[in-house]
Amino acid sequence: MANDPIQFTLNGKSVTLQTDPARLLLWVLRTDLELTGTKYGCGMGECGACTVLVDGQATRSCLTDLAAVRGKRVTTIEGLAEDGRPHPLQEAFDEHGGYQCGYCTSGMIMNAAGLLHAHPHPSRREIVEGMEGNLCRCGAHQRIVAAIESAATGTGRQP
Amino acid sequence: MTDLVRPTPAPTGMDRRDFVKTLGGGVLVLVALPSIGVEPAAAQRRQYPTDVNAYLHIAQDGKVTLFSGKIEMGQGVETSLAQMAAEELGAPLSSFTVVMGDTASCPWDAGTWGSMTTRFFGPAVRAAAAQARLILTDLAAERLGVPRSALAVEDGVVYVARDRARHVSYGELARGQRITHTVDQKAVLRTARQFTVMGTSPKRLDGHEKVTGRAKYAGDIRRPGMLYARIVRPPAHGATPKSLDTSAAAAMPGVTVVNHDGLVAVLAADPETAAKALDAVKAEWNVPDPTVNAQTIYAHLVSAAPHGETVDAAGDLAAGRAAAAKTFDTTYYNAYVAHAPIEPHTSVADVRDGKATVWASTQSPFGTQPQVARALGIAPENVRVITPFVGGGFGGKSAGQQSVEAARLSQAVGKPVMVAWTRAEEFFYDTYRPAAVVKVASAVDGAGRITLWDYSVYAAGSRGSNVLYDIPNRRIRAFGQQSDTRGTESYHPFATGPWRAPGANTNRFAAEQQMDVMAAAAGVDPIEFRLRNTKDPRMLRVLRAAAEAYGWRPRAFPARTGHGRGVAFGEDVGTYVVHIADVTVDRSTGAVKVDRVVCAQDMGIVVNPDGAKMQTEGAITMGLGYALSEGLRFDGGDIKDANFDTYRFTRFSWVPPIEVVLVKNDDDPPQGGGEPGVINMGAVIANAIFDAIGARIYYLPMTPERVLEALRAT
Ligand code: FES
Ligand code: FES
Repeated sequence: MANDPIQFTLNGKSVTLQTDPARLLLWVLRTDLELTGTKYGCGMGECGACTVLVDGQATRSCLTDLAAVRGKRVTTIEGLAEDGRPHPLQEAFDEHGGYQCGYCTSGMIMNAAGLLHAHPHPSRREIVEGMEGNLCRCGAHQRIVAAIESAATGTGRQP
Repeated sequence: MTDLVRPTPAPTGMDRRDFVKTLGGGVLVLVALPSIGVEPAAAQRRQYPTDVNAYLHIAQDGKVTLFSGKIEMGQGVETSLAQMAAEELGAPLSSFTVVMGDTASCPWDAGTWGSMTTRFFGPAVRAAAAQARLILTDLAAERLGVPRSALAVEDGVVYVARDRARHVSYGELARGQRITHTVDQKAVLRTARQFTVMGTSPKRLDGHEKVTGRAKYAGDIRRPGMLYARIVRPPAHGATPKSLDTSAAAAMPGVTVVNHDGLVAVLAADPETAAKALDAVKAEWNVPDPTVNAQTIYAHLVSAAPHGETVDAAGDLAAGRAAAAKTFDTTYYNAYVAHAPIEPHTSVADVRDGKATVWASTQSPFGTQPQVARALGIAPENVRVITPFVGGGFGGKSAGQQSVEAARLSQAVGKPVMVAWTRAEEFFYDTYRPAAVVKVASAVDGAGRITLWDYSVYAAGSRGSNVLYDIPNRRIRAFGQQSDTRGTESYHPFATGPWRAPGANTNRFAAEQQMDVMAAAAGVDPIEFRLRNTKDPRMLRVLRAAAEAYGWRPRAFPARTGHGRGVAFGEDVGTYVVHIADVTVDRSTGAVKVDRVVCAQDMGIVVNPDGAKMQTEGAITMGLGYALSEGLRFDGGDIKDANFDTYRFTRFSWVPPIEVVLVKNDDDPPQGGGEPGVINMGAVIANAIFDAIGARIYYLPMTPERVLEALRAT
């Protein structure tokens, strides 16, 4: 069962893993790499709690095997802050109360980051459409949309 | 500091005394608190402690730790409890750290449910903090050589009011001392006028951790040598094992099989290997023939529910009928609904040397403790339950099954074990909001006044069935309670249990539609009809506040334009709440879109206005789901919904603009906030649909098929 090592960039640092390339990114992140901010909610792409960025694109890590990220850039919630400064989305979620229990929050923020990467100035409608596949049972939706809007327009609180 | 908030890295077996010691010198003060009157359901044998030290610890540097047996699952109580303590103690909110749900260091608590944190634990915290302030001021008076009345407290510092150069801080008073100082006087709580911390909306204490992914949930706990378990599950409730072959799983490298007293599990060092091992287990089951399904359940519930208890009765029902100009007999129905928190039930247990430490996703750490102890055959004091952040509960995390499973497996293998339910297990073992039936007979006289209310609720319990209108002749009966966790032993085909405002969603759906039925038949505007039938001042105020915020103009109902508006009123956990909603109904597809929700709420003194609004918005958003789409698919004990692909609830595109108005009421103590916002959602949308299309939907959820059916029937 000798596998070729798998190399990718994780939160700006190169990692190389010697493991089965069919393993799912979600569990490799959460167990081998001990990055637990990425959550399991459904395991079938239905909730978005496991969302990470792969080359800037919002990706369900519960459906992504390790082979698929070979040589790519993977960003998790832990790697979103830059130079120790929280990402504007993180600031805006905190400021607007875009979370309650917080369990969906990493996935919401990462999905929104992918959205803003693709459309830096989305309309409210584009935000709603872009977030449609992310579930929040606590009902923080209204504030999540407000947070994304403010992060996109730069009206979120700046430090 | 964050270590104290989530004391996960603390060594096992550290008890409260050690904990206080490691924090440094503290204040030991003894006071008697008034006993707390709690609702019978939660009024178990125990009460909140009377020792201030059970709640508060003030360290040398002035940092305050607040201990609470409650847990944080999104309600924001970590922040609001700290606000209450900060207000009464006179220490800045920024000096607070909150430790929650750790049985080793927190005061006992029955569980976090029923919107009781602010109503019942809040007063205990406030009383303790106020008493601590009194005692500290007394100590300061001795130290500064002035009478207590000459002192003022500000931000954790006691000053001589006329000479502010003379002062001493709480930290200095506490430093290095174990004080058994008492003040023979009971502290007076601050009034709403004096509030500087309560009544404001500071940023939540849990925000930073949650937006950075640093917040720890039970599934994020890692222990050295920990194994991940997957458990062999039956295909249906009531199924019994026929044959079992775990040999292929046992032969897999790194896999341990446990088969102990009905608990069959495979364990491995990572969750994927455990999942593969579970796939390799061959199990056959005897599955009983289903006796009920989603169609036949309602007739079954009415016949199987236990004898009715009369909850309220007055006047003479026959006289009410005789006085009626019009009489209405209606039956309402609602489906089983899942809690479906995005975090499934998860626990990590570490059982060794006759002691257990359990990190649990639970609403009831102190309820889990004896359950685990019983399962392991050890004393409850040898079990420590630690509650990290909980990823949503809504009443569904009140039992401790996954903790018991993790603890038993850890005992069996001698290693820490994580049991993290999959989404399918979460659906299978959910304690569903019960399907229910409500039959109402009511009547109005020629002046649009209600003369009769004969109300019977089956399987949902009586919460939310209270009539706050003036109805002279009435009877309310409840057949069966809302919670029956006996599963197949009960008259439900699987376990049911409390679901955010248990019973109230069922009861308000029926009662407030019935109000609308009568208003429409009497030709009276629905808000006017409600105003006409009550003298309750709080109800009048909240109805008027909602109407004003919405911009309500009386007109004839139903408009039948495809667009409709509805209103519904309710009372829950001491809070009065009115919802007004606009909907658009697509007559060709039956799809209902909610366009706007306005909610007015009188919840007494508001501890944190923004937090209260957040909870209410959340409740309204969640309520859209049970109103429009949530209904479990099942056949007997076979749960057909296993994931979010078939069990659908509120998504971003469903959520309308939501406006929450808090009606000022500083005369009443703080009332419940997490639940009232959800209770009217069925009725308010049903009433708006009626306005839009002139047809009534008597079933929850109000799916497009049911809307089309109702349209065909008109
Ligand atoms: S866990 Fe990946 S989408 Fe739900
Ligand atoms: S904040 Fe709890 S699920 Fe979204």
